[in-house]
Order: sequence, then structure tokens, then C-alpha cells
Amino acid sequence: MEVTLRIRRYDPESNRPESYWEEFPVSLEGNATVLDALIKVREEVDGTLSLRCSCRSSICGSCAVRINGQAGLACKMQAADAVDSDGVIVVEPPGVMPVVKDLVVDFKPFWDKIREVEPYLQPQGEEPEGEYLASNESMLHLSGVTSCIMCGACVSDCTVLEVDPTFLGPAALAKAYRFTADPRDGDEEGVSKERLEKLSEVTGMWDCTRCSECVQVCPKGVAPMDRIMALRDQAMEAGLTDNNGSRHATAFTESVAHSGWLDELQLTVKSVGAGNVPALLGFAPVGLRALARGKMPPIIHKSIENVEGIRKLAEKLEDPEPE
Amino acid sequence: MLEHDVLVIGAGLAGMRAAIAAKAGGADTAIISKVHPVRSHSNAAQGGINAALIDRGDNWEDHAYDTVKGSDFLGDQDAIEVMCQSAGTSLIDMEHMGVTFNRDDAGRLGTRAFGGQRRARTFFVGDFTGQAMLHVMFEQLIKSGVRSYEEWFVTGLIQEDGQVCGVTALEIRTGQVYAIRAKTVIFCTGGLGRVFEPSTNALIVTGDGIALAYNAGARLMDMEMVQYHPTTLAGSGVLISEAARGEGAYLLDKNGDRFMEKYAPNMMELASRDVVSRAEQTEINAGNDVDGCVLLDCRHLGAELIQEKLSQIREIGIDLIGIDMVKQPIPIRPGMHYIMGGIKTDVDGLTNLPGVYAAGECACVSVHGGNRLGANSLLDTIVFGERSGNHAAQAAREIEYVDFDVDGVVDRERERIQDMLDRPNNDDRVASVRLGMGQSMNANLAVYRNQAGMQETLGDLDELRERYSKVPVDNKGRVFNTDLVFALELGFMLDCAQTIAVSALDRQDSRGAQSRTDFPNRDDENWMKHVVVTKGEGGPDISYLPVTVTQWTPEERKY
Repeated sequence: MEVTLRIRRYDPESNRPESYWEEFPVSLEGNATVLDALIKVREEVDGTLSLRCSCRSSICGSCAVRINGQAGLACKMQAADAVDSDGVIVVEPPGVMPVVKDLVVDFKPFWDKIREVEPYLQPQGEEPEGEYLASNESMLHLSGVTSCIMCGACVSDCTVLEVDPTFLGPAALAKAYRFTADPRDGDEEGVSKERLEKLSEVTGMWDCTRCSECVQVCPKGVAPMDRIMALRDQAMEAGLTDNNGSRHATAFTESVAHSGWLDELQLTVKSVGAGNVPALLGFAPVGLRALARGKMPPIIHKSIENVEGIRKLAEKLEDPEPE
Repeated sequence: MLEHDVLVIGAGLAGMRAAIAAKAGGADTAIISKVHPVRSHSNAAQGGINAALIDRGDNWEDHAYDTVKGSDFLGDQDAIEVMCQSAGTSLIDMEHMGVTFNRDDAGRLGTRAFGGQRRARTFFVGDFTGQAMLHVMFEQLIKSGVRSYEEWFVTGLIQEDGQVCGVTALEIRTGQVYAIRAKTVIFCTGGLGRVFEPSTNALIVTGDGIALAYNAGARLMDMEMVQYHPTTLAGSGVLISEAARGEGAYLLDKNGDRFMEKYAPNMMELASRDVVSRAEQTEINAGNDVDGCVLLDCRHLGAELIQEKLSQIREIGIDLIGIDMVKQPIPIRPGMHYIMGGIKTDVDGLTNLPGVYAAGECACVSVHGGNRLGANSLLDTIVFGERSGNHAAQAAREIEYVDFDVDGVVDRERERIQDMLDRPNNDDRVASVRLGMGQSMNANLAVYRNQAGMQETLGDLDELRERYSKVPVDNKGRVFNTDLVFALELGFMLDCAQTIAVSALDRQDSRGAQSRTDFPNRDDENWMKHVVVTKGEGGPDISYLPVTVTQWTPEERKY
């Protein structure tokens, strides 16, 4: 199989340190991965190409790059599946993190955020002599998260991190969930309330915009966004509702359950809190712009037709009948 | 000046366990690794970790006997006793740290069967036990506050009057060379798999620590004992876990027959690894193969069990050769996987060099002897990692830092590296030298060996070392120069390759992983001893150490 690797290169030591594209034609065996192709370039053509790689089997998390614009492991992607109709595979370094050289990025921001969630088990009770008793289901559920290999693909393509570097991000939040969902962590009921409190702060679980990009790109099926949503459920169940994110979720549900659709004005007021005048005033420019463009939501929010059906649905969701 | 009481080289399971123990023991501790800790190769251990838990009706002597028998009676029984006695505590420690082990119906740790053992005592997390443990150990490393030099490559040991007193290291990110002073050094650098091509091992597994220690005068032991794993994937040689057979998978020849009946009628597919690999190779050589492979059949296990317990290897089959093991058998063959030998240590990890320790795959205690049982390697890392960390921390209290000419040491190392970068282009390539080594080793030091073949490889290695001394490095830059790192690693690998070949050639019997067609039998009278190799004036020197026998008299192995 003949393919052309189109690689985004960067050498900070060159005279003009800017990134540039370079193309390498390579001959590959049928089952070759994109990593095999990159290694072939490095070993046989151009040893100056820098990339991280090690295990070749999707377990060490070293070789996350962007392939044709989307983050993933080079060792997991077959070259035959990555080529376009002209036989070209586009390889770039992962996003969000600063490039050090070629396909190598600086993972410091990534690890700093992992550290921020205090990523180690913190049981409150006394340690048992033998193992902690726990259901196999609970451990299998956690294994779905601990199978994260910290490759950074989710962080690379996170649309929030792209604009807000303070966001904890999908990898660190999934890591946090690995503890909050662990029956051994936290109090005797397995509730990790202190963790959830911290994670409810600004830059935490409520800053995810649910774009699903991290779920798409994760090579291990960890589904970080789903874990973030589960964190939100845990936080609200633990009574951590005094924050914009939680109020927003509640107001959203209430509005739809009541009128069948979203009351955007009320949503704003309820999210920041009706008494929070400074925050509400902060929305004034947005409101004025919306008004000028005829996009202001109606002041009087009417229910949709046949709203009774929606209300019944909402009641059922709130209080499901036993099976 | 960078200096630490205890400097751990390598941040896999053994290294991090050692560092955490040393720090807990009150020592100023640092860990240095050429990759970030979670990229380490402990990740690749799939199947599980062995421990005999008393409350399951198991006992450590049974585990120890299985290990001794698995080692083909070459393992040192005192060391094996230490490992198996500590196993339960070490396992429970890992559970308390947070490892998400699979459970049984009562919510206790669940087990699976594994090769060479008479009962199920392998504890596991799906088929990614190593990764699950490595990440938890990294969590504990963060908690411990150990100083971590990540992506720093150790290029040499600093010695004054024979005393190891620090290391030189290349900060890969910047290309700067540093000296780090240390009272004690613990090698936890893992194996040397890439000396062979193909190998199940990750690309970073290049025997750095084994070669560094050897060049500093450490004794290497059992280096001829190279484990070929029975189930490595056709093509890339990536590992397919023994867990598949532990869960009940069959090995089939081209006619669909379970050929293990002929070789191990009782244990069948779960005989020890050396026995299964030899059986496969015998069948392949006899023409009962499918394109150089035999087949691993998991279909009867069912999709549900495969998804719960073998999901990672299923994924590997689909990703790398396009075969879903739920629907089709996968082609596998024996492939280089593990080195039983390594830097000779006592049960506290101490080598023959004062202040120098080793633990994990780079070490040889020797608990694996001629053949390691599956799921004993994870155990080895945490038991002897912890012991060496404890001992080094204590020893460091009695040791003073040794003064050396820091600038001179750094300048000399920088010059040595610069000389490599300045070599003129001669159209040779680092990768080509490495491939030559790997193929020669795989041709002549694999499952079956003989004198002529091994001598051929020793000749090849002489030529390759000559080429290595002149091979150019493409990348002349400083920042993240992986080309330079590969070139330095290749030097370590060539040293390791030679120690393997000379040890294997010296041992004139067949035992454990070493099967010589010219000496096909185990010869306890003459070869019930460890082959030791040290660096001499003109090359490797061979000597011998006795095997320690405590309670199990050597007998013929049958599975």
C-alpha cells in the first residue's frame, strides 16, 4: 500500500521557528497502522521527526496525535482506514497543549489538572484487614473509567479547553469521577462530598458544554462527558445545588416540565439566582443585543399545545412506577 | 547540585513502589524516567497478579512450589519463599490503594486460573491488570510527593573508586546533560525485549539499566533465560494475554486439533509458558501451522465473557489484524516476551556493588529461574520494589555523599554525546543496526537453540557493534531529540544481546526457557547452577553461582 504522510512539523531550533507541512511517501503492509507509517519515516527517511510512542497496542497512551483533524492514537488507526481518496493521511500534534517539537506536545497542563483533582483514593473510615468488600458491578463500572490511558486525545479536542484553559477538562474530570464513584472513597456510604464540592466550583464539572467531542475521540471508550454528567448527578444528589450549573439544570427541567419548552429569560434569572443583581446586570449587554436583533425571548412565556402530555411525562420521570 | 539519598531509575511498577517505600522510610527520594511514569511498560501486563490468600484456603507454600517447578528448579527457593509469603500483604496493599480488582459474588477479590499453577490464585482487573496497577501506583507517587524527573534519560553511572555516587542524565525536552548525585541508586528499568525482533515489548524496553549496571561491574545472572510467550499476535508480535487460556481458550493446529494433549495431558493449554511455546514451535516446525502460526480459539467462551474479561485483547485483534476473536480464532505464535535473568540481587534488591539496588524485570533475585509463571511478574515488581526501597532508604542513612568533579563529568558526557552527533553520514542507520541485532537474536536465541546458531549471532553482534561505533545520528538538534535517544539505547541493547548469547552458549543443557537441540536434556549434575556474566577486560566473563534449595528437591517436570 502506497500512502503519503502529510505531517505538521515544528522545530523550535530552526532559524524561522514556525510550523510547516512536509509530505513523505511510504510503502506499507496491508495491516500497518498510522504509527507504523510514522516510525517508518523516522527510521528510514528522516530521523529528525520527533514523536512519542511506545507500546504499539493502545495501552501506554504515548502516541496521541491528530489524524485527519481528529485526535486519536496513531497505533490504533489502520493506515488503510485513514487515507483519503488521494492516498494522503494528515498527521498533526494534538491540540490545546503547546507544541514542543513536531508531534510532541507539552503535557504539563494536562498533568497539572490531573493533580488538581487529588487523584488518589481517600477513604474516611478505618481500613479493613483484608480487602474492601465491593460488588463486581461497581468495580466493572469503575474499570470503564480506569481504562483511561491518559493519552490526552479528549483534552486535545475539547471545545471548552480550546477557549478556556482554566477548565479542568474531560480527562481530569473523568479521573475525579473514578474516585467519586468508588464505593471505597469518601464516607461510609461511599459519598465523596468534599471532592464533589470542589468539582462543583467554577472551572469544574459545570463548565462542560456537552459537545460530545471527547466521547467521539476517546480511544478507550471512557466517554469522559458521560462521566462529567454523572458527576453532576452525584453533586446534586449530595445536595450541592447552590451554584449556577446546578440551578441551571433545575430551572431547565422545571421549565420544560411546566410549559413544554424553554423559558430562556427565567432560565437566566434562576441560574444565577434572582437576588444576584450584579450577575443579572452583567447580562444586560447580551439582552440589549438580542433585543436589537429581534431575538429577545417573549416576556410572557406561554405553554405549548397539549402540554398535559409533557407534564405527565415529566411526572413519570420524576417518580417512575415500579417495574 | 541535584542530589538525593535514593535515586530510583525507571518509573514502572517496581520503580514507583521502590520510590514510595524509600520516601516513607524518610529518605530524600527522587525517581527518574525516560518516559512519563504512566507510559511505562508495566502497562502491558494483562492477565493478573498471583497471591495465595489464606482466607481462600490457599497457602504460600503451594504457590512457591508451583513457582519453583515453573522455574525448572533454577529459581532460588529462599527468594521464592520471600516473594510468595509477601504476596498476600502486597496484593491487599494494592487493593487498599485503589486498584479496581474484579470481585466474586461475595464482593471479595475474584480469581482466574493461570498457567503452571494447580489452583486459581491470579487476581485481575479485566485484561489490563498492569495498567490498572500502574496508574494506581502513579496516584500514590503523586500523593507521596517524591521528586520526579520525567522524560530524563540516564546515560551513565558516575563512579569514584568503584563506588557508584550518581548518574549522568539527558533532559530530553532541552537536550541538557546533568549530573545527579545519589547515595543509593535503584535500577527499576524493566526488561530488554527490543533486543529481539519481533517482541511483545514496548519500544522503550531497551535494557538500559541492565547494561548500565553491567558496565559498572554488576553481576548479571540467568541471562540465557529468555521467555517466549506462547500467544503473540501474527505480524507485529503484540501480546495476547494468557488470560485467554486462563478463561478456557484452546490452542489448535491447522487441523483444528488441541495439540497440547501430546505435550501436557493434564494442564493442557495451561502448562507453563516454556512448555507451551516449545509445543507450538514443534508443531509449527512440523508443518502443522497456519502461515507460521497456530490458532487461539476463544469462540466457545461467548461474547459476554470476552467483553467482561478479555476486552482489550479482543480490541487488539480487531485493530491490528482485523479479526474479532468472538467470531474467529486468532493466529498466534511464540514471541519474545520477558527476561528471567538480570542484575543479580539479594532479597533486599542489593547488588554486588555497594549502594546499588535493582528490582523488577531488570533484576534477577532469582525468583523466576528458567521460566517465569504468568502473573508472577507483577508480584515480583511490587514485592521487591518495596523491599529495595525500604533497604536503600535505611542504607542511605549510613552513607555520605561522595564528592566528584561535577563539571568534568558533565563535560565528558556532553562531549561523548556531541561526538555521536558529529559523526559523518555513512549511509548506515541506527534502525538498520537494531533490526540486524533483533533478527539475529530471534533466529538463534529463540525457543530452540544450538551452538552453531549462537556462535553465528555472536559473530553478527561483533559486526553490529563495529557498525554501531560509526552509525550517524540524523537529528543534530537539542530539543526532544528522539533520534539521539534511540542511538544511545542501541548501545545498551548491544551490550545486553552479547550477555544473553554468551550465557546461552555457555549453558550446555536444556532447562526452562533454554532448549538446546545439541544438549536436549536437563543435566542437574553439571548445570544445576546459575550462569553469571560480568564485564571483563576483553569482554564478558562467565562464572557460576549455586542454586539455593530449601525444601523442594529437583525432579522431572510434568504438566
